[in-house]
Amino acid sequence: MKTTIYTLSCLFFMLLGNLSLHGQDMVQIKKGSYIPLYGSADKKPVQVAAFQLDIYPVTNQDFLDFLKKNPAYRKSTIKRIFADKSYLGYWKGDLDFGAANPKAPVTQVSWFAAKKYCESKGKRLPSMDEWEYAAMADAKQLDARKKESYNQYILRWYETSKTFNNPVGSTFKNVWGVYDMHGLVWEWTADFNSIFLSGESRKDKGEDSNLFCGGASVNASDLMNYAAFMRYAFRGSMKANYSSRNLGFRCAR
Amino acid sequence: MASFLMAMSLIGCQSKPAEDSPQTEKQPTLTEDLSELSVYNLPAKWTNQDGQEMELKDLQGNIVVVAMIYTSCQAACPRLVADMRHIEKTVASKNKANIKYLLVSIDPKVDTPERLKAFAKENEMDGPQWLFLRSDEESTREFAATLAVNYKQISPIDFSHSNIISLFNGAGELVYQQEGLGVDYSPTIQAIEKEANNL
Repeated sequence: MKTTIYTLSCLFFMLLGNLSLHGQDMVQIKKGSYIPLYGSADKKPVQVAAFQLDIYPVTNQDFLDFLKKNPAYRKSTIKRIFADKSYLGYWKGDLDFGAANPKAPVTQVSWFAAKKYCESKGKRLPSMDEWEYAAMADAKQLDARKKESYNQYILRWYETSKTFNNPVGSTFKNVWGVYDMHGLVWEWTADFNSIFLSGESRKDKGEDSNLFCGGASVNASDLMNYAAFMRYAFRGSMKANYSSRNLGFRCAR
Repeated sequence: MASFLMAMSLIGCQSKPAEDSPQTEKQPTLTEDLSELSVYNLPAKWTNQDGQEMELKDLQGNIVVVAMIYTSCQAACPRLVADMRHIEKTVASKNKANIKYLLVSIDPKVDTPERLKAFAKENEMDGPQWLFLRSDEESTREFAATLAVNYKQISPIDFSHSNIISLFNGAGELVYQQEGLGVDYSPTIQAIEKEANNL
């Protein structure tokens, strides 16, 4: 019996290997410039150099494979400075993601662990500008931020619960060929700690919920700004060793 | 390429049963006796104002007071630097020699060791208790993330950044933070003295 399972799981991993062989796992994002909705005080365009981005967010299975090779990042061994107690909270054990879908995005991962994962693949986390630049595309155009339907899609997702249970690739593919930038989970960026939404004082930043509800409803006036504000506010509320059930990541290069 | 990956997955499979064995659980020996919360777990390499390479854990056993600055800063940093100087002057402890005042550059491209050295001299922060460090951008981002210091380059010469003074105990654990400029520093000073007396 044990041998059978073992052989089967071997076959499974070989299949997985083949999958990533035939389909590449990253796409090229061409250089360009864009005006971020937040974070550019003078509203000047920000230049984004060409880079590669993972087509999908990192899955539970991907992360399990990483943990097998990196024992220091397992939930029982990771140091508290790198991840707080909620790290991989839904996992049943160090190498067991329990009832979660293997193809669903891994979440409740700290910034340190996400960063380490990308480094282990010879990659890195995307910068906030890279992420936002790639994410402003919908299925048809590179910058869909002014399209009502695009914003409605994003905002409807914000109101949908537990989308983290869905498998990667279950939302739309944008013009770059990237899936799930909106509609599945929020994602870490390399420089998430560069947000100053309300001046320089951390005292202005309360609990996640304060920022989410209070801040957003007061400051954001239209759909486009509202959708982006939510992302920036969320990033601004995070610390590098925090994790959240609806926050995953993907890598860039 | 295809056969290489096949071979890799086969190797992966063959070694699979070993994964549950306790040997793979081994921790790196270097960090074994460090507290889980110690900033000395960060592996980054830094260069000081004298051009010497070091790691943060070289500071182990000292009380470390930290602010993040950049030397071309015209706005908040002079104030933050003045606050650090004020704190350094005021703190009284028999273990003063083991209190280090660390200024970490968020602008490593511009802040070369030479520039940090000149800045230290100009600001009368040239004694052995003062340490200026720079690293690469990634390690700087990581260090800031650990301190919950936010910063962003907003123009070729300017950054927005949190004005936070952080205090680490001898084990490298963050024990106190004070945010703001020109605030009442007596709680910070008391915290430093208390930690220093625990050494």
